[in-house]
Parts: sequence; structure tokens; C-alpha cells
Amino acid sequence: MDTVLVIGIAGILASAAPIVFAAIGETIIERAGVINLSVNGAILLTAMAGFAVAVTTGSVVWGLLVGALIGALVALIVAFASITLKQSQVAVGFVLALLCRDLAYFLGNPYMGRSGPRLPHLPVPGLADIPVLGAILFQHDLMTYMSFALIVLAYVYIFRTRPGLVLQGIGERPAAAYVRGANVNLLRYVYTVVGGALIGLAGPMYSLSVKAGWKGTISGLDGIGWIALALTIFGGWNPLRAALGAYFFALLQWLGLVLQPSLPNIPSQVLQVAPFPLMILTLLLVNIGNAEWVDRTLAGLPEKARHAVARVLRAMRTSPPAALGMPFEKE
Amino acid sequence: MNVELINIHKWFGPVHANDGITLRIPSGVIQGLLGENGAGKSTLMKILSGFYQADEGEIRLDGKPVKIESPADAIRHGVGMLHQDPLDFPPMRVVDNLLIGHRGGLFPNRAEAIRAMQDLQARFGFNIDPYAYVDSLTVGERQQLEIMRLLWLGARVLILDEPTTGISANQKEKLFATLRALAEQGMTVIFVSHKLEEVEELCHRVAVLRQGKLVGEVEPPYRTEDLVKLMFGKVVLPEDKTHFDSKESLFRLENLSIEDYRLQIRNVNLTVHRGEVIGLAGMEGSGQRQFLQACAGIIRPVAGEIYLGEKRLTGRPYREFLEAGITYVPAARLEEGLIPGLTLTEHFVLAEPQNGFVVNRQKAEVLTTQRIADFSIKGVPSSTVESLSGGNQQRALLAMLRQPLSVILLEHPTRGLDIESTIWIWGKLKERCRQGTAIIFTSADLEEILHYSDRILVFFGGKVSQPIEATKTSVEELGQLIGGKGF
Amino acid sequence: MVRTSSRWTNFVFQLLAIVLALAFTSLVMVLAKANPLEAYRNIVVGSLGSINKFSDVLVAWVPLLLATSGLLVTYTAGLWNIGVEGQITLGAIFTTWALRVLQDSTLSPGLIIVIGFLSGALGGMLWASVVAFLRIYGGVNEIFGGLGMNFVATALTIWLIFGPWKRPGIGSMSGTEPFKETLWLPTFAGLRISPWSLVIGIIGIAVIYILLQGTYFGLKLKAVGRNRRAAFLLGIPTTQYMWAAFLLCGLFAGLAGAVQVLGVYHRLIPSISSGYGFLGMLVAMLINYQPAWAAPVAMFFAALNIGSIQLPIVMKLDSTLSGVLQGALVLAVLLMDGVRQRLLRRR
Repeated sequence: MDTVLVIGIAGILASAAPIVFAAIGETIIERAGVINLSVNGAILLTAMAGFAVAVTTGSVVWGLLVGALIGALVALIVAFASITLKQSQVAVGFVLALLCRDLAYFLGNPYMGRSGPRLPHLPVPGLADIPVLGAILFQHDLMTYMSFALIVLAYVYIFRTRPGLVLQGIGERPAAAYVRGANVNLLRYVYTVVGGALIGLAGPMYSLSVKAGWKGTISGLDGIGWIALALTIFGGWNPLRAALGAYFFALLQWLGLVLQPSLPNIPSQVLQVAPFPLMILTLLLVNIGNAEWVDRTLAGLPEKARHAVARVLRAMRTSPPAALGMPFEKE
Repeated sequence: MNVELINIHKWFGPVHANDGITLRIPSGVIQGLLGENGAGKSTLMKILSGFYQADEGEIRLDGKPVKIESPADAIRHGVGMLHQDPLDFPPMRVVDNLLIGHRGGLFPNRAEAIRAMQDLQARFGFNIDPYAYVDSLTVGERQQLEIMRLLWLGARVLILDEPTTGISANQKEKLFATLRALAEQGMTVIFVSHKLEEVEELCHRVAVLRQGKLVGEVEPPYRTEDLVKLMFGKVVLPEDKTHFDSKESLFRLENLSIEDYRLQIRNVNLTVHRGEVIGLAGMEGSGQRQFLQACAGIIRPVAGEIYLGEKRLTGRPYREFLEAGITYVPAARLEEGLIPGLTLTEHFVLAEPQNGFVVNRQKAEVLTTQRIADFSIKGVPSSTVESLSGGNQQRALLAMLRQPLSVILLEHPTRGLDIESTIWIWGKLKERCRQGTAIIFTSADLEEILHYSDRILVFFGGKVSQPIEATKTSVEELGQLIGGKGF
Repeated sequence: MVRTSSRWTNFVFQLLAIVLALAFTSLVMVLAKANPLEAYRNIVVGSLGSINKFSDVLVAWVPLLLATSGLLVTYTAGLWNIGVEGQITLGAIFTTWALRVLQDSTLSPGLIIVIGFLSGALGGMLWASVVAFLRIYGGVNEIFGGLGMNFVATALTIWLIFGPWKRPGIGSMSGTEPFKETLWLPTFAGLRISPWSLVIGIIGIAVIYILLQGTYFGLKLKAVGRNRRAAFLLGIPTTQYMWAAFLLCGLFAGLAGAVQVLGVYHRLIPSISSGYGFLGMLVAMLINYQPAWAAPVAMFFAALNIGSIQLPIVMKLDSTLSGVLQGALVLAVLLMDGVRQRLLRRR
């Protein structure tokens, strides 16, 4: 197998790891019925803070931990504002996205351009030497392995375990979960904070590994959080599909880099935004079945075509947890 | 289990919803709980099932005083409640619905749950696929699922809140048989309803609530007049049936077919007369809603024709239906009918035809004050609609109807209203009929349909009966049709 | 009686929110090892210290006010037009385009400037219509459609600056070649603010105020925003109203972009929107979508932005401090409003 391709695939898996964390974190939060729009700011802030802590302490572990802690804290604000105070989740999340971004740039000023520690490369003994597969899967840093584990764990947890069923329940029909003994609002707090911590790990994963260092506004991280949010929808609130979306996104970014030399007339910034319109397109595909005009138009079609189109649309459609964004109050 | 409710009091602000109610129910009994809307029966049952805590009073189970803090706490004590709208998870599988709330290890034992479920199914003659998704079940099946879930969790007291709304005659038979069997095995069953007939048929004894007080306990043989007298304080005489059917054709459907992803309605033919009232009967979700919305131009039929007089409306946009004088009044008042956050004045401005570019606030206030008086709405022009009570919201919706109209399509016009409001609202509607407006409405209440309609269409799983003369049919005959017999 | 007391509690809670935001921002500055009081003093001096500085505040105020005005329309329709940033950018691009085409023609400079404004408005509407189309016919939430289009707008700007519109010689981040001075909006003598942009900003918010507060259009738009289904059943053409809201917001955003090109930078630069779109969203949230408050609060935010420009030089602090304070302020107001409502419910 072509070594360029092998290195490319390994690189895609590694560079997608933070997005996998962020998208799954958000998936868990939204499964519980809370919308957390602060992801983009949280990733920037934790990238900065994780890097600053790692530089100061010399320890990447502290950097990761602080990232998770700050991510959890930001999510806690969203949870408090939406669950306890019943304010608009979209408004609070959006403000936090901007506030955390500016905080990152403001507080990160002294750390701009400094060199710092990086997550160590940890080839898995034995497995790393398998031809092709070893290079693709087993020559990463710790957090990339964790991202593989997270996909499986999150999937199994949500769809196969007892608390996972309850998690689905509180996002789907909180009143029914309540009569079955679930403390809906407490669980929503817990899952929002846990998801926030996962999102908070994404930041240091960038600044300590994927895009090591802190470069302020030109770190190239602004926008990743919004992609993670879109992946949550694209993934139909399923960690497996969200992760696939993250790998697809990383693939596109990689293609942008690979194609750059053959398209000298196009500035690199242009190729880097290519995933965004594509993201819109995929959202269009999963959502179009929900649009009103579709039903009206379908009714005018001949029977065979009508049924065929309806079936295709239904297969593509994803629908959110029914109580997403709605506060729960027992009676 | 013996259930004792002793001197229960509950206030909601100034409203004394339960006023010193004492009720003792021995095990093995099917206890009926009768009362009109707002009499306090739901509050009492929610106290027993842990949704609310009583402000005063005591609950004893098998003689032991207990404190029930939450619904989950209630089921631990053996008290389970079946809500009118089954509290389950529609997009999830039946077996997962059973597992949520069932205690155990991290990984649930699906096989065990399915075994338990099949045992219960065999016992009561239910037939639900454990791997089916709940949203593919009928309301009746979802009730069966809830009953099994509660029994599996160890319920020995079963509360059912208006369980016969929206289920077929067959399923009702099965439900009643199940409840009788459960009572014979020593379960306590509390059956909450406002349907006299069902209570008389099923219950071993009946308690009647009125305005928060227990006003009587009755044992068989029941006399309907006594129950009615207890429920309403006096015997309500239904007002005279007034009919304005002119036999003059107004609204015509020819071979109308409607389709959505769950339901197909085929080839409906109907000619509605000026001043006529058409009632649509059937269990919820049998196609009445789709039918009304197609008549209103909201959804587009896949085949057939709609005429108003000589005007062909088939496939025209909703606005043209509106301009032709066809209006749809949805059941979900705050979701579809009114706009939370907007005041009554703003609603009436929106409902009137636009006049110029700038809103004349003063004129609007005058108009609103007038409407509030005409429709005796308890509120002021600057009240937001969500601050009104359900009955007043319904009055506001009717007050927003334009003058004149050709056809009014109403979905559950009196759902959740007390008897006085119901009579009042029908008075207003019949007023419209006298002016030549035709009315098509749905209701879950067969008495209401029989009482106010000229002709009736019965829906069953998308099938539509021929129009039936209201004077030539009975609750029994309609019930059969609703259950799918006779199509 | 009840009304006055609730107005009082409102006021107290808003005051508390401001104190909270200031406390948070001060804490952040202490973390950055800076003296908060000195920073606040620098911001005040930097924005109100001289007539020149105040005129700079006005320069920032106009586009911010225009963006806020447009956003009030989309908010009323219940839409989160995050794409407003891209709409400002496209307004700037279209204005630049029109000027590039016409600058060597025989048309009078005044007419070219007018055409520049009109093109800017058109550009903003065009970009908004993409988001509207995705939302209305594709079911794509306007937040994601808008964000995507923002990134595309930024890429488009950079491509133009380094590609077709690059300066003679080599393209650079400093933007395109500046236009000749006859195509600049005339300013007050010695100041950077143009009376014409002030007029546009004030007329803009006045139009929005009247439209939203007094007309059938405003009331119907509000109905669409609060309950789209019910509005539709009442016979309001909801699709048209959503289109109108997006296009109107795009128009105002485009005008903001045009002002940035014609009255401020006189060329296209990479970050031509100056973040006024997102800032406008914060202003709209802070004033709880009441048009009457848009002008003063936008002025306050503009003053914070201008006042913090010199922080990097004077105190070696990043100028994003203004963003921290603005964000903290909106967050605190949202939180305190929630606390107030919770206390009221309790009672």
C-alpha cells in the first residue's frame, strides 16, 4: 500500500480525534435534551488554557485535566441557565461561544507562539509493527486511542446499558422518565457536565497535539466547534454516525492540503473552508424530508413516484430527541 | 391492597382542589371515581400516585401510614398509575420501554424482560411484539403495555385515568376483562372517568366528587339519575336540539383521497348542506384530523375534488380556502390556534382583514373590549393568551372567527371544558349554523356527536363510513363502527 | 402598584447584572496581571477622551446599529440569523465591486457612491437569501446555514484580495488598493465620521422601530416568530414573512458592509465586517429585542470597542477585553433575568 496514503489515513484518524470528542460530547448533552451552543468557544478556551497549563507545569496531563474542567464549567453554566433558570438555551450558548472565544484570545496573549510540551507518541508494542494496519491504527498518542474507545463506549452506553436507556428517555419524554423514577433535571445536569468535559478535552488535544501551540486568532481552531455541532445533527444523535462525520471532515481537510500544490492559484484559506458548504449540503440531505413544501409537492405526484420518493426521504431523515431544548417541570 | 385516603386537602393558590376527602378502598375491588372536569378526581389520584403531596391528610396502604414522595416512590409502595395519554417513549422499542425504570445492573437483561412480558401477555390475551417500536402501536396497545409494565414492577393498586378515550370497542372489552381478572386476584383498581355508562358496567362501587368534595358513595344497582344528580348537583336537562340543516348543497367532496405516511383515506364522497353539522366519530388517529385538514386546504389530497358551491378548490393553497370562508379551528389551542406572548387585542387585529399599513390600536382596543363582552372571556384586552384558562382560550378562538363564514372545521371544540362551557360554545356555534354556515367537527365524546350533529361520519383506520343520520343511530351502533365492525 | 414594584425589581436585577459582569471582567484582568481600574479608565479615555475619539465611536456605531436593526427583524420572526457576519461581508464585497467597475467611468462620484450603497444592500440580501432558501425549503437550521455561509464569505474575501483584486504587484493582508478620495463618503472636517453614514444609521433604526412597533407587518412578523403554525392557520403567509425577515436583515447588513467600505476603510480588507454582526446579536439580546434601546446600547458597545483599541499599546493587554466585557454583560443579564423570574415564580 502506498505509504503516502497510509500516513494520510493515520493523520486523518489523529486529526479527527478532537472533533470526535467534541461531537460525542455534544451528542450526549443533546440526548439528555439540552442544546449546548457554546462548543466553539469552549474548544478555543480549553485549547488556550490546556496549553498554558501544560507550559507552566510542564505536564500534558494537567493540561488535559484543566481543559476537561473548564469544558465542564462552561457546560455547567449552560445547564444552570437552561435547566434551573429556564432561559433560552440557544441565547446562553451563543453568548458563551463568543465570550469564551474572546476570553481565550485575551488570556492567551502571553502564551502566543511559545513552544510547549506535546502529547507523547505511544506506539502499541507488538501491534504497531503489523504492516499497514499498525501504521494506521497503532502509532498514535494516548488521546487518539481514547477517541477510538470513546466511540465504542458512548455507543454501547447510550443504546445498550440501563442508564443509557434512561438517558434516551429524559431527552425523549422527560415526564415519562420522571414517573419511572429518573431525576430528570439532575441527570440533565450530570450529562451536560460530562459532555462538556469531553468537549473540553478537544481543546488541549489540539493545542498539545494536532495543532500544537497557541497562536491566538490564527490558531485555525475557530469554527471547529460549529462543525462539531453540525456533526451531532448529521450523526442523528448517534455517536457512531457522528464519528464517521468527523472522519469525513478530517478527510476533506486533508484533501485540501494534498491538493494545495496542484492548485497554486487558490489561497489555502479557500480550500480550508470547503468542508463547510459540504456540511450544509449534508444537513440539507438529512433535513429536507422535514420541509413542508415536500409533502404538498409529493401529493401531486403519481402514486409510484410518490411512494418511492417518500421512502428515500424517510431513510435519510434524522429526527432529534423530542424534548430537545425544552425545560422539564413536573406538572 | 387496602387503600385509605384520609381527610385529604390540597390547595392550588386560592383553589381548594381537594377538600377533606376520605375514601377507603378494600383490595379486590374495582372502585369508580366519577366527577366532571375540575371536580378534583385527577388531583386526588395524583396525590395517591406521588405526583403531588397532600397539604393535609394521610394515606394508608394495608393500614400502614405511608408518605409517597414521587411516582417512582408510589410504585415502590405498589401504586401504579396509567395516564390518559400513556407516558411512554414512542420512538423506542417496546422492550426498552419496559426496561427504563426497572432496577438492575448496568446491562439490562432483555431476555428476562421479554419472558416476563410474554407471561403477562399470555395471562391477559395481549399480543404485542416486544421488538416493535411504540409509535407503531395503537393507543389501546400502549395502555396494555403500560399495564404490563406496572404489574411487572409489582403494582398492587392500579389507577386508570380516563382509559377508554381513543381506544376501540374491542380493546375496551379486553381492558375491562383484564381489570376484572386483576381484581379477582386481589388487586385494587381505581377507575377514573366521567362516562357514566362505563362506570356502571365495570365498577363494584362508585365515589362521586364535586367541587373538590366527596359527595357520595354508591353501590350497585346504580340509578343513572342518582349519579348525575351527585355529579352536577342537579339534573342537567340537555337543551333542545336545534337544527338548521337547509338541505341546500354548500360544500362538496368528490372521491377525495388523502395519504400520509401512516394512513390512507380513499374516495370520500360527501355533500354538506348550509347550516348543517357533521360530526366525525372514531378513535383518535383514524384519519379525522387529516380529513379536516384536507377540507381546510392545509394538506393536499392525492386525488379527488373539493368544491365550495360551484368554486373548485382542489389543490389550491390554504389562503384561498380561507378567503372562500373555510376556517379550521385546531384542538391544540396554544400550539396551533393561539400565539403565546401576544395579547387578545393583537389576536383580534390579526384575525380581522388587514386595513392599511399601520395598526389602529385604539380601534383594535374597542373591538377587543366588545368581543370580550360578547364571548364573556375572563380577561382584559392586554391579557396574553397563555394567561387565560382553557375555557377562555377556546372562547377567544371562537371570537376570532370571521363573519360571515361558509364552513367551520373544528377539532375537539369542547375538549377539556366543563359542561357549562360546552353548552355555551355550542350555542355560539349553532348561531352560526342559523346564518347558513356548515360545521364539521371531531370529538371523542359520542354523546356530543349524537347530540349536536345532523349527520355523522365514522372513521376507522382511514376507512370512512357513509353519512349516518344522527336521529337514526345510537351510541351502541356508533361504538360498533368505531371499533371497526360493519365496514 | 404591582407594575411599579416589578419595574423596580427589574432595575435592581439589571444593576446587579452589570455589577456581576464588571466583577467577572475585573477578575479576568487580575488573572492577566493587569490593574482593572486602570484598564476601565483607559477605555473611557480612549472612547470619550476627545472629540476625535468620540467621532471614532460614531464610526463604529453606525455599522453596528445597522446590523442590530436588521437582526431585530429576524429575531422578531423567531430566526437566529447568525449569517449576518457573512451578509455584512458580502455587502462590502458588492460595494467594492461596484466601485471598481465604475471608478473610471464618467459618472459623478456622488452617483457612484449611491450605486455602491445599493450594491452593498443587494449583496447582503443575496447572501441572506441563501440561508433563507436553505431554511425555508431545505429545513436546514439558519444557525448552521448562516455559519457555513460566513466561512464561505471570509474565504471569498481572501480569494478576491489575493486573486483577481490583488494590489499591483503582490496581494497582501492589508487589502485591495484604496479608492480615490472622491469616492470616500465626505466627513466632518478633521474627523473620521461622515454625516451621511450617521443619517443612514439613524434612518435605519427609525424605520425598523416604526415597522416593528406600529404596523401590520411588524405584528404579523411577531406572530410568525412566536408561533409559526398558528400564524399560518390564521392566514399569514409565513413563508413570505420569513423571506421578508431574512432579506430585510440582509439589506441592513449589506448597508453596514457598504458603510465599512465607503466610509471607513475605502477598500476591501480581510476582516471587513469587524465582527459587528455577532456584536449586533449581543446588542439585540441585551436590549431584549426592544428597538427603542438599540441606539444607546449599540453606542455603548461601540465605545467599548474603540476604547479598548489602545489597550495593547498602553497596557500590553489584548483588545479582545471589550469582547469579554460585552459577552459577560449579556450573559449576566440573561442569568439575572432568569433568577428574577425564578424568584417571582416562587412567590
